[in-house]
Amino acid sequence: MITTTEDPATDLLAATIVVIGGEADLLRVRSTVRAYAGQAGLGLTATTRVVTACSELARNILRYATGGQGVATIGEAAAGHSRGVQVVFTDGGPGIADLDLALRSGFSTAGGLGLGLPGSRRLVDEFAIDSAPEGGTRVAICQWRR
Amino acid sequence: MRMGHDLLVTLQGDLDDVRVESVERLVTSEVARTHARGALIDVSGLDVVDSFVAQILVRLVRMVGLLGTDMAIVGIRPAVAITLVELGVNMQDVTTALDAQQGMARLRRMRADSTAGIDHDHHY
Repeated sequence: MITTTEDPATDLLAATIVVIGGEADLLRVRSTVRAYAGQAGLGLTATTRVVTACSELARNILRYATGGQGVATIGEAAAGHSRGVQVVFTDGGPGIADLDLALRSGFSTAGGLGLGLPGSRRLVDEFAIDSAPEGGTRVAICQWRR
Repeated sequence: MRMGHDLLVTLQGDLDDVRVESVERLVTSEVARTHARGALIDVSGLDVVDSFVAQILVRLVRMVGLLGTDMAIVGIRPAVAITLVELGVNMQDVTTALDAQQGMARLRRMRADSTAGIDHDHHY
């Protein structure tokens, strides 16, 4: 884990980078997101939602990215007086051929429930996804304090 | 832990996928070994239940059901319940209850309902 502070380019006040490469990293992502959510003052429900979304997205990397490798950058987010937690997941995997299809509930190419992407999108305040065939996938999410 | 003819399984802490799958195997074999009539799985110690864990829990209830054991999932935290609904996890055919005590009551009712049609001789 690498921790950086004050990176104005990404609006992150402080961030922790968790390298995802195995089962144990799922727990690392969850506990780090929980810690940042606590720092930002998120409530219990908002925290549970964002931690669950991150669990789904980290598992996507383990399951779909090349070699199950990727990175989660977890950090504080601030906009005006608002504070929150922001997480960016990147991988250099095969990318998602059809984003619209992948964001539809019940669609899975790996025998899963097909809830990972559409479900995590519903759980957080902001959700952005970028993917190119053979170009990897980047998912950025943000959860704000109410 | 064994409770007469019923089994109480308590899950706690942050579970990774491997551990959840081993819980599934352990509970299934324990139900078969003890010939439990009913089983409760207490998840009040879990602060996150994502789609994978939920899927395993639903599968566990079905597998144990095939062994003839009624199972209920008890103690889902309110924040976890909200999250599961938004996530879109379907737990409709799974018996749930607020806590272990209500779960036990529900299992007993299920048992009474299923025997009521066949056995007319029992007295209360």
